[in-house]
Amino acid sequence: MNYRFSPDDLPLDRHAVDLLMLSTGLTLMPHLPHLPLFIPLFCAVFALWRWMSAHYAWALPGVLARTLLTLTALGGISLVFGTILGRDAGTSLLTLMLGLKLLETRCYRDAVVVLFLDYFLGIAAVLYSQSIPVLIYLVLVLLVITAALIELNQPTHGHTPLRVMLRRAGVLMAQAIPLALLLFVLFPRIPGPLWGMPQDGGGMGGLDDSMSPGSITHLSRSDAVAFRVDFNGAETPLPQLLYWRGPVLWYTDGRNWSANRDKAVPPPAVDPGFTPLDDAGLEYSVTLEPHSRSWLYALDLPISVPAGAHRTRDLFLVADKPVRQLTRYSVASSLHYRTAPLSEAERARALQLPAANPEAQALGAEWRAQAVDDTAVVERALDYFGTEPFYYTLDPPPLSGNAVDEFLFQTRRGFCEHYSAAFTVLMRAAGIPARVVTGYQGGELNPLDDYLIVRQRDAHAWSEIWLEGRGWVRVDPTAAVAPQRIEQGIDSVLPAQQRGLLRDFQSDAFNALWQRSRLAFDTLNNRWNQWVLAYGPENQAAVLARLGLHSRVTTVLAVLTGIVLLLVVIGAALLYKRRRRIDPALRQYQRFCAKLARRGLVRAPAEGPAAFCARAEGQLPELSDTIAFIKHLYIAIRYESHYSSDQIKRLRRAVAAFRP
Amino acid sequence: MRPHAATPAPAGDFSSLLNKVIAGVGRVILGKDEVIRLAVTCLIARGHLLIEDLPGVGKTTLAHMLARTFGLRFQRIQFTSDMLPSDILGVSVYDSDRSAFKFHPGPVFSQVVLADEVNRATPKAQSALLEAMEEYQVTIEGDTHALPQPFFVIATQNPAYQIGTFPLPESQLDRFLMCLHMGYPDRAAERELLLGADRRELLQQLPAAINAEELTIIQARVPKVHTSAALVDYLQAILAHSRESPLCQNGLSPRAGLALLRGAQASALLDGRSHALPEDVQTVLPSVIGHRLQPADDQSAPAIAELVSQLTAVPIP
Repeated sequence: MNYRFSPDDLPLDRHAVDLLMLSTGLTLMPHLPHLPLFIPLFCAVFALWRWMSAHYAWALPGVLARTLLTLTALGGISLVFGTILGRDAGTSLLTLMLGLKLLETRCYRDAVVVLFLDYFLGIAAVLYSQSIPVLIYLVLVLLVITAALIELNQPTHGHTPLRVMLRRAGVLMAQAIPLALLLFVLFPRIPGPLWGMPQDGGGMGGLDDSMSPGSITHLSRSDAVAFRVDFNGAETPLPQLLYWRGPVLWYTDGRNWSANRDKAVPPPAVDPGFTPLDDAGLEYSVTLEPHSRSWLYALDLPISVPAGAHRTRDLFLVADKPVRQLTRYSVASSLHYRTAPLSEAERARALQLPAANPEAQALGAEWRAQAVDDTAVVERALDYFGTEPFYYTLDPPPLSGNAVDEFLFQTRRGFCEHYSAAFTVLMRAAGIPARVVTGYQGGELNPLDDYLIVRQRDAHAWSEIWLEGRGWVRVDPTAAVAPQRIEQGIDSVLPAQQRGLLRDFQSDAFNALWQRSRLAFDTLNNRWNQWVLAYGPENQAAVLARLGLHSRVTTVLAVLTGIVLLLVVIGAALLYKRRRRIDPALRQYQRFCAKLARRGLVRAPAEGPAAFCARAEGQLPELSDTIAFIKHLYIAIRYESHYSSDQIKRLRRAVAAFRP
Repeated sequence: MRPHAATPAPAGDFSSLLNKVIAGVGRVILGKDEVIRLAVTCLIARGHLLIEDLPGVGKTTLAHMLARTFGLRFQRIQFTSDMLPSDILGVSVYDSDRSAFKFHPGPVFSQVVLADEVNRATPKAQSALLEAMEEYQVTIEGDTHALPQPFFVIATQNPAYQIGTFPLPESQLDRFLMCLHMGYPDRAAERELLLGADRRELLQQLPAAINAEELTIIQARVPKVHTSAALVDYLQAILAHSRESPLCQNGLSPRAGLALLRGAQASALLDGRSHALPEDVQTVLPSVIGHRLQPADDQSAPAIAELVSQLTAVPIP
């Protein structure tokens, strides 16, 4: 029972209104960049109106005006966004409603509603950015809102210096930190970003289902993780075998490659199957970062298909829905295989060539004429890439028109997509069915936890050719040019500059300092990402495993037990502290008061025993003797100079027998 | 064991005696039973009384009545701005017959002193009285003269906003155990006052209900009223709350705590009890602490009323 309760209908004074304005204004700040301009303007007008009402007694709008304003706001937002749902429309709606709420904020209760809306809107800001500066700002906003909330609950409104208010709120928030940390670590995580709505996932694009010169090169500058692979304790396959299969590209216009001539009509999703040549498939699990496309990466070639996905005719995995949140799946692959026979339609598609690139076509035809069989043609081609002065580079010169010709005979500098495209064109010109496969190659083994990290810069493209009797065979022309790319990973062929090290380094001391602090901030950001933002089910499982909690059930149980135990301990400590202070007579008296309270006779906290019992005797005249007796004993024990344990016993008996 | 067996009997006797006094005064000063009761509480607690109110609401009558019913000698001092300390304390005059200075005691040498409009006098004159109140003696030219016993000062004060006042400093306000406000009588009481007999005549007819010796015995009983640990807990909770409050400049001093305790004891005795209850503290609380608190710099005068009501609402542990 708190005797400091402010009555809910107490009208707000100026100080309280000012506090609401301050909290709401600060909360709105981080939303300004992404709100349509009219919303903050409206909010400012509403806030000004409320302020004038508090300071200069302006009239606030009546029910009719407020209803009209609300409907206008709803209409305006659905006009701008086409909906009132979703992140952007939802935030706008919340902001506008908060502004409108200010117009009907008359009493203590309304003010509390506004402050809670402020909390909500503040948290909504992390839907847009989770960077450290925004988070720091939000902590300050929370501090101000909490300070305002405390201030509103003070016995007399207002007049506390801001410094004192902030200190009070700071102490309160500091006290909440341990519980927040505990919940952060232990509370069961759902897959997906720490903050965000389902449709917001997948900021980094990743691979597309088409390829053109430079389309993979741009990924090579990205450190973002594409997926992580856990081989469940099995040995990681050799780098030469780590081909993570993605979309297969058949159709080319001489420059661009795509899965199908007509993008709107996907190839028939009939799975032709294949014959694994391994004794047993390699089992592993993949944790795929959201990439907004529906394919799932697996090693060449996946035997099993995870739930909610299927294997296409081109032998890669496609999920039923685009991957918009962190997705974990288990799959088994066969690293050695023989594919099913080629249909005539497929053969035609695998030999499709546009009229472009005449020189390359001529070269292919020439090799065909000179070679004894298909294998000889392939060897000739790889030999050509290996011996002629071809360079593997992240900065290939731009290509125009007959891209393959230009690359093969003029620039000779390219990235994997250049090599695979040129090779595939040459093969088709030589009459060998060929196609381009995109995906990732390699990955970085994390020795600490023994899992493979595949990043966007591991994106790769290679070729597959059809050889009679062997089916589709993977041929990677990049390996002929830059074998270390395949064997040692992408980092071995990237110049240091492109690995993000010491860009624009100068010996100038100021520049060195700037560089250092930039790197330090980058490190901080990285850790923030790793420890806080990426703390999903995966990391939680790792942390909990280190604590000895492995399965999900034990985790949940441990969390619940932990929280319950904590609450029990806190409660017991508080109770014990109170019990110790309370003498036995007081405990009996409290029981007595509780019994009377059930009859509707509630003792005010400051009501003394004599006054309360007199009131009780007046209201319950039939019990006045008993009440007087109890009062007499209680006062004697508690306030007189001498009492005996006998009196306490009699009081206990009397209270126990008391039946109001 | 009976609850009261351990306590000596006379508390109840005092109570009936004192309640007779209160009833007697109440017949003259109508509708002010609470104020009269508090004034008597203050008197038996050996505290001095400050009455702050407008002229004409019965301050002087109250002082007069108290002196008369307690059978005490009464003196009234009208404070003015040209008053000197000797006008209060007395003066030594050369006696040519005896060739020596003879001390002529001033009006302060009385059992009940009514210091009317005490804030009209200069601080020098004020402090002469206030020193006497504290020390129960007067020192003039090296000679110390004890004041008669019992000694009880009732000072009246005009509201501070009236012109020509020297407000008493906080340290001197502290010397008064209680500060009371008479207020206007209610409608019925005022009607009786207007239609009834002359108050002065009534006053003359009032017999003394108690004598000075009895009063001294009663005053000696007050500190013996039992204050249990539970009661002191409650009192300390009130003190702590006042010290944490942003409404006042400084919280209640330990002296204020003592005054509160003494007032509660006197109130309990007046009620015929040998032990103080939280209700006793609540009864005397507003009049004991009201004049000891100063509003904080950013607060206005009503903040003190607000604080007093908060302190009355501090939960009883």
